[in-house]
Amino acid sequence: MPNPKLLELDTHSWPGSYGDSAEPRMGFFTDTSICIGCKACEVACKEWNQVPDSLQGFTGKSYDNTTALGANDWRHVAFIEQRTALGAEAAAEDLVQAAERANAADGWGLQTYQEGEGVRWLMASDVCKHCTSAACLDVCPTGALFRTEFGTVVVQEDVCNGCGYCVPACPFGVIDKREDDGRVWKCTLCYDRLREDKEPACAQACPTNSIQFGELGELRERAEKRLEQMGAAGQTEARLYGADSEDGVDGFGAFFLLLDEPEVYGLPPDPVVTTRHVGQVWAGVFAGAAALGAGIAAAFIGGRK
Amino acid sequence: MTREAVRAERIRERSMVPRAEPQSYYGQPVLKEPVWTPEVPIYFYTGGLGGTSATLALLAELRGNRKLARRAWLIALGGVSASPALLISDLGKPSRFLNMLRMFKVTSPMSVGSWILAGSGTFTGIAVASELTGLYPALGRAAKVNAALLGLPLSTYTAGLVANTSVPVWHGARFILPFVFAGSSAASAGAAAAALTPLRDAGPARRLAVGGAVTSVAAAFTMEKTLGELGEPYSKGVSGKLTRLAGGLSLAGAALMAARGGRSRGAAIAASAVLTAGVIAERWAVFRAGFQSANDPKFTVGPQRARIERGETRGAVRRAQAGA
Repeated sequence: MPNPKLLELDTHSWPGSYGDSAEPRMGFFTDTSICIGCKACEVACKEWNQVPDSLQGFTGKSYDNTTALGANDWRHVAFIEQRTALGAEAAAEDLVQAAERANAADGWGLQTYQEGEGVRWLMASDVCKHCTSAACLDVCPTGALFRTEFGTVVVQEDVCNGCGYCVPACPFGVIDKREDDGRVWKCTLCYDRLREDKEPACAQACPTNSIQFGELGELRERAEKRLEQMGAAGQTEARLYGADSEDGVDGFGAFFLLLDEPEVYGLPPDPVVTTRHVGQVWAGVFAGAAALGAGIAAAFIGGRK
Repeated sequence: MTREAVRAERIRERSMVPRAEPQSYYGQPVLKEPVWTPEVPIYFYTGGLGGTSATLALLAELRGNRKLARRAWLIALGGVSASPALLISDLGKPSRFLNMLRMFKVTSPMSVGSWILAGSGTFTGIAVASELTGLYPALGRAAKVNAALLGLPLSTYTAGLVANTSVPVWHGARFILPFVFAGSSAASAGAAAAALTPLRDAGPARRLAVGGAVTSVAAAFTMEKTLGELGEPYSKGVSGKLTRLAGGLSLAGAALMAARGGRSRGAAIAASAVLTAGVIAERWAVFRAGFQSANDPKFTVGPQRARIERGETRGAVRRAQAGA
């Protein structure tokens, strides 16, 4: 059942402002169900883009010592260890045994780390979403952030003056300021490689094809098929995140297949681009200004002068 | 029921109890906290002081109150001169401050605000130069009117600037926060002028200071209440302390100004100092609340999950369908 809006990929300035030089809108489909947590994407990204190191030490957060996307981490592999009530859902007749084993895991710290045996691991490679309606781009006062001919969102480092407005504007906490440098940095979707007809470094390095790069419209169709396939196999916890044009950012340029709620991966379940309400923001500002003017005028009433 | 069966039942129940606290990834924030330095809340103060003083000065002049007008113009110039310096020093690349005027973007209150501040500074500078030298009086009058008009949005756009982010405590207050800032700006400008102007000419400044302080405290209180759970930063941690300090100082300063400010210059100066401390604390409370709000994932995930559960939106997620 084709979604009539499936191919609505247009953004505010792409392809319109590029005319004949517009390229197809490119993006990522990150299928986390086949991510093995190898972090090759993190390494490849750092190497290709010459991103400074960002050693966090040992965090104790499973195998995740990167912890989050940031100025020096443009791919981030999340590791989530979940206790799945030891097969309670899969085999109800096994509940007693399941409970005993859960108790053993609690009491002795016994963990088998096998899918279906009490713990499941979720691994997911996060990245800038290259939003159709991108808050970072909307609020940038210098025009350093721009929409490329591929429909992606990129910072021009020779223009950015480090005002930092994009940082709290992003609903995903992606973009951040590099301390020693003063400017903001994030994933460029390998803009330099795209212009040479090469795929981004992370996608090329991914050994399982969890990170898929391509034309966004095509990726969305591929993701629909994958979702149907997983549903048919009874994997109803599978869900697409950011694959539709109707969400709060009008669709992601880099979207995901997840196996749990987005917040479990540190992602917002209903992100909304802040500038959707910019009219209300200005209404507030001018109402406040008008009230202030009236207040100042009132201060001159009733007194001597 | 056997012990094992009871335990198994408990496990099943546990999975059905709705979660009180929103889920998160190791408790980590979803958003990045702002990277703005303390120059920014100081600028909220100086911008509001400069902008509102320009409007106060023009009205005083129109009412024939030359002493108040002259002082308010000088305060306005001080405010709008300090502001760009503070903002430039906050930039990661201060040498590129002129890039702020590369474009004019209505989706970016920082862009619009940069133009407002640049205009305000220019017009206030011309106005004061003309006032002091007596040269080009027609140009001076035009500059005064422009400075006075721009002074109003200069005093409130900073509220829109922070509201136009993903930070829940700021974005959720987009209608009321400009009124908090309007009140704080009025109190700042009124207090400064009341301290510097002879008693018999300072009446409007005193009334502006008292009215502004009361408005700021009342609007901040309303903001905290209407934000509901999102308003928690205003009652907890650093921001909570600053909020209480701001309310106490603002109201104490306003009371002193109202009671004694018209009779004793010393009392007027003391009241101005207390009021100014109060409104700076208020700016700081709003600033710090943004950090607290961005740093706790419950403020980000909670309302979004609630919207989905109320059926207002599907969010960004579409689940697989069983079967086929």
